[in-house]
Amino acid sequence: MTEQIDKALQREYEAGFVSDIESDTFEPGLNEDIIRRISSMKQEPEWMLEWRLKAFRNWLEMEEPDWAHVDYPKIDFQAISYYSAPKSMKDKPKSLDEVDPELLKTYEKLGIPLHEQMMLAGVAVDAVFDSVSVVTTFREKLEEAGVIFMPISEAVHKHPELVQKYLGSVVPQKDNYYAALNCAVFTDGSFVYIPKGTKCPMELSTYFRINEQNTGQFERTLIIADEGSYVSYLEGCTAPQRDENQLHAAVVELVAMDDAEIKYSTVQNWYPGDEEGRGGIYNFVTKRGLCHTNAKISWTQVETGSAVTWKYPSCVLKGDNSVGEFYSVALTRGCQQADTGTKMIHLGKNTRSTIISKGISAGRSNNSYRGLVRMNSSAKGARNFTQCDSLLIGDQCGAHTFPYVESRNPSAIVEHEATTSKVSDDQMFLCQQRGLDPEKAVSMIVNGFCKEVFKELPMEFAVEAGKLLEISLEGSVG
Amino acid sequence: MLSIKNLHASVEDKQILKGLDLEIKPGEVHAIMGPNGAGKSTMGYVLSGREGYSVEEGSVTLDGTDLLELEAEERARAGLFLAFQYPVEIPGVSNLEFLKAAVDAQREARGEEAVSSKDFLKMAREACKQVHLPAEFLKRGVNEGFSGGEKKRNEIMQMLLLQPKLCILDESDSGLDIDALQVVAEGVNSQRSPDRSFVVVTHYQRLLDYIKPDYVHVLSEGKIVKSGDASLAQELEDQGYAWLKEQRAADAEQSA
Repeated sequence: MTEQIDKALQREYEAGFVSDIESDTFEPGLNEDIIRRISSMKQEPEWMLEWRLKAFRNWLEMEEPDWAHVDYPKIDFQAISYYSAPKSMKDKPKSLDEVDPELLKTYEKLGIPLHEQMMLAGVAVDAVFDSVSVVTTFREKLEEAGVIFMPISEAVHKHPELVQKYLGSVVPQKDNYYAALNCAVFTDGSFVYIPKGTKCPMELSTYFRINEQNTGQFERTLIIADEGSYVSYLEGCTAPQRDENQLHAAVVELVAMDDAEIKYSTVQNWYPGDEEGRGGIYNFVTKRGLCHTNAKISWTQVETGSAVTWKYPSCVLKGDNSVGEFYSVALTRGCQQADTGTKMIHLGKNTRSTIISKGISAGRSNNSYRGLVRMNSSAKGARNFTQCDSLLIGDQCGAHTFPYVESRNPSAIVEHEATTSKVSDDQMFLCQQRGLDPEKAVSMIVNGFCKEVFKELPMEFAVEAGKLLEISLEGSVG
Repeated sequence: MLSIKNLHASVEDKQILKGLDLEIKPGEVHAIMGPNGAGKSTMGYVLSGREGYSVEEGSVTLDGTDLLELEAEERARAGLFLAFQYPVEIPGVSNLEFLKAAVDAQREARGEEAVSSKDFLKMAREACKQVHLPAEFLKRGVNEGFSGGEKKRNEIMQMLLLQPKLCILDESDSGLDIDALQVVAEGVNSQRSPDRSFVVVTHYQRLLDYIKPDYVHVLSEGKIVKSGDASLAQELEDQGYAWLKEQRAADAEQSA
């Protein structure tokens, strides 16, 4: 049975192609001069450069964390190129017609057509290719509603007051090693502002693609939902199949003002490396949201890619009655390693948080849930519910749970449930006896296991996530 | 339809079936009875191709097709259905989703057109009604939190939808109250037809009061030791398997 499932798990990485696009790429290396050059490529104002340099100086003093349950060779930060942009993007194409067709083709191949008429109605896309944003769709329609959705490099010029006020306000520069590095060298990402009382008329999404070799991607996303507003934001990521490891260190900051709600969904499918663990993306990501009074932030993530994942989308529940949610599916196979979870920091009264984590381990992979629930002394009447379920496929993988609970308020209630199960022979046989091949059986059982999380995803994404799991589990049986 | 000849099979190196012979013609209902450990469940698993069961000797054909050459899912698509004694749960996968996938897979294998979701839902609701399960069961996870009786009725519901050629019911009566037993039996009886056959595995005569078998076989120590008509089941019920053993011993003495 194990052998059968293992076979079913082998698959091709469908997004592993390389686009033949001429790029301007910095030589590898990291120093103040490189940071000045990134800043000047983006024609940034002085304050932005200063902010970067300050972060860089901090970073030099910091040490790479080693507490995560992952194992990888030391990263040589001088061997990475910190900027790469398609040559054709230099003249800043004014419209889609001016964008290099090869770039558009790349996204089409990934299933994300950028021509508005071809797109899913109701989803606006910001497409980030290596270090630059290629195009942002539906901008005019969003502007009518007062919604700002643009590359962050552009927001630095057009909305400096918002960027200056909020950049680094949720994830401070010195928060952690990778966040500090990101502050110094971030290249592009999305900026969103939803005005007071506005329900964003469409789903917003950013699609990140790494293409160049030996480059790192350091994106930066900032979303501000003003009082009483609502936005649902989706993020997807892929990279070509290469034998070398590539670094991805992103920072995402969310600010939900009073009564606002942000729903942030991720489908992460970076190249995971091959069966022997060669290549793949090192994914070190800091994501955090700040909730003011009555606000709500909901993180949903489906993590199937990357060789190493280090990621803890978190909520700081500062305002009274604010709500934080974290729904996660993490699938590891081959030699993948994931250490992922969340932090729920309860500061306000009657704050509530829910954590549902589903880890699926197959092959020789290691999958860890790491979560912190902190009830500060001010968090009167706060509540948390945590449920961590692990599903093991085969007998060579590992599932680990590292829950941390700190409660400094006696009226706070923290609940934690954890289960570990296996795809059983009985389940497989039942499916086969009804006519399903083993591949379909595994993917159905795994999809069922993830249902509680998938139902939190926006419709189109839920379908995509289900398919992604199916592809991830697809193989040569049958 | 089904032809089993001199079947020897083992699980975990333990010989369970030791020369099983059985011939089943289209439209017939055969009951297999026998004491605990006789190999009744093993027979169902071996026929349906469960992994871990190895066949050392003998042959099994379904309408001339060598079943032993096929994977479990291929046997199912060839029309073999096993109603489980202990149906397993698949949390989060709805009954409807599961059944649609199964029906789709089987139709595809037979080169038939797929059923639309709408039509399928209608069929599934009808099947639920037939086994007295509320339609909400279609939305619930496969066997998730079902009672013993609900699980068994759910098996019969699956049989109704899949329309197999050969149905093996593995102790579908165990753990059922009399009402549920009748429902299961009605489900089976409604499916009796000249081109569909049944193998009903049971410990007790009780189920056979409702599903009238054409033949009754006694399986003991891995082979059929006695065959007869429905009255054999009654005899067994009255006298127990020990009676059979004594009788066999006497027969053996006589022939010696």
